Amino acid sequence: MDLTEMIVERTDEGYFAYHRSALTSEAIHRAEIERIFSRTWLFVAHESEIPERGDFVRRTVGRKPLFCVRSRATGEVRVFANSCTHRGATICRHDRGNAKTFQCFYHAWTFDSDGSLIGVPDEETYGPTFDKSKYGLVPVPRMQSYRGLVFVSFDPEVEELVDYLAGAREYIDAMMDAAEVAATFSANGDGNGASPDGWSGPLQVLKGTHQYGIRANWKLLVENSFDGYHLGPTHQTYFQFLKDQNVEVSPSTGSMKLLGNGHAVIEYSGSWGRPIARWAEQFGDASRTQLEALREKIIDEMGDTGYRMAELNRNLFIYPNLFVMDNNATALRVIEPTSVDYMDVAQYELAPRVEDPTVRKVRLESYVTFAGPGGLATPDDVEALESCQQGAASGVEWSLLSRGYFSEEPPMSGELQMRAFWRRWQEQLLAGDLVPAA
Amino acid sequence: MTRRPESTLERPELRPTDVTRAELEDLLYDEAFLLDEWRMEDWLALWEEDAQYVVPTNDNPHADPDNDLMYINHDYRLLKGLVVRLNSVHAHREYPWSKTRHIVTNVRVAGEDEDGVVHGDAAFMVWRFRNKDRDCFVGHYDVRARRTESGLRLVGKRVTLDAWTLAPYGAVSIVL
Repeated sequence: MDLTEMIVERTDEGYFAYHRSALTSEAIHRAEIERIFSRTWLFVAHESEIPERGDFVRRTVGRKPLFCVRSRATGEVRVFANSCTHRGATICRHDRGNAKTFQCFYHAWTFDSDGSLIGVPDEETYGPTFDKSKYGLVPVPRMQSYRGLVFVSFDPEVEELVDYLAGAREYIDAMMDAAEVAATFSANGDGNGASPDGWSGPLQVLKGTHQYGIRANWKLLVENSFDGYHLGPTHQTYFQFLKDQNVEVSPSTGSMKLLGNGHAVIEYSGSWGRPIARWAEQFGDASRTQLEALREKIIDEMGDTGYRMAELNRNLFIYPNLFVMDNNATALRVIEPTSVDYMDVAQYELAPRVEDPTVRKVRLESYVTFAGPGGLATPDDVEALESCQQGAASGVEWSLLSRGYFSEEPPMSGELQMRAFWRRWQEQLLAGDLVPAA
Repeated sequence: MTRRPESTLERPELRPTDVTRAELEDLLYDEAFLLDEWRMEDWLALWEEDAQYVVPTNDNPHADPDNDLMYINHDYRLLKGLVVRLNSVHAHREYPWSKTRHIVTNVRVAGEDEDGVVHGDAAFMVWRFRNKDRDCFVGHYDVRARRTESGLRLVGKRVTLDAWTLAPYGAVSIVL
């Protein structure tokens, strides 16, 4: 099938559908890697994961093995292709750690944290013109950081990250500002309170990563991650749990906003508590005073925006594969397409760099009660996506995304954000020379 | 009768206990049986009310549950919630129910702490079959148990997984 025909939209009847071969075609999957994942900005790490000089994390981004390291010379974050410039073996062989140098185990070529080649055994055998400075580790073509979120792009011509983030910036800013109030508040007048490892940004990634696989196409998790419509039916057992904790449960309501470049956000009410900062019965009494005081402080300092940050939940989508989840707690969800019918997911939980222990406790519980592979809710999302992937092989050709088509104020439970995602996807796939056959 | 810990690796913070390996094995085998039979209320009855069931993430096996992101950190209240969920037809990941087989072995009793809680450990393999899924979780249990009028009962279970990531299966939606 021609890519131009993969989305059918009829404005008069409010119909929008995409062809399910988008979930099953190997050719389309290859085109996505070449035309989307090789051209946009992609999230790679949070700066708090490598707070000290020499700290590193290993990542796979857009199918490419990379590692991020904080330079011992300058303290800046560097991101390199994880491959020796000699014969190609991976250089960084741990998920995280701290290193003075990176030595390839194969022939012992050694690189420093800025990627410079500093050691070649028997270097003289390469002859007099051999120039080590030409064989440093290869940095990703572009790397930029916005408020602690580090992104890379494999396209040297990509626009500036701040421009790419478009309308998503103000949401990132507001979340970070609220977190800064929380961190300062928890530091109890003890200056701004640095985290134990010296990180000074408002949020830090907690230890422990939810890394799991889903046997489904990556776009199904994009749809699911800002889908307000599925909450009731899919997550009934979670809401039952809240009810059993004497939480008054009412359906979430809220809005959706398109933020440009494929980004979008849903912002909505929730029956559950929020560590920044909405106390609810399920948290128990220990954290109540602290959370209510924090809430007041945030509203006091940030006005209406502060109220939204404290009271409402957000699922913020940064196209093509990052969600900043600010609901039961704050987390980053990164979706890595591994093959056409399989994805790897990584979730990192964020918390203020200093946090009251009672609030940290409810934050951790609130998050894993709902989210993650062992939560009361996420496993059912995984089931839904794997189920959709199986259904895509049934011969039924079209998936429908028409919900809320005629809504003047897009609701959080509509599907306009998914329509925008699929349009952006199509536009990027068509921006190449070849139109792959389905 | 007072014995030395069965473990050859001394744990100086623990004192010898009269709970035998066979008793701890019986508790773990009963637990495995009830989980495999999906008798969730009966399984819950094996737990004391100060229960803690913890599963660290694959990348952080020595996690501190008070500060780190876990897969699971359940007290008794949350275990009850999990039982309600796993008995529900709306637990979509697990309904229709999986068939599971908990295999528990290498059981050791290390001793008891100052509160009289017995510490031990074991190796496990848990198979899960559902539709086309064939998942195998492999790892290590750290178990804490208390002698009660109705026999040895679970106080704590920490499940450390051996795999590097939770893949290809994307969930810990059963009790390990």
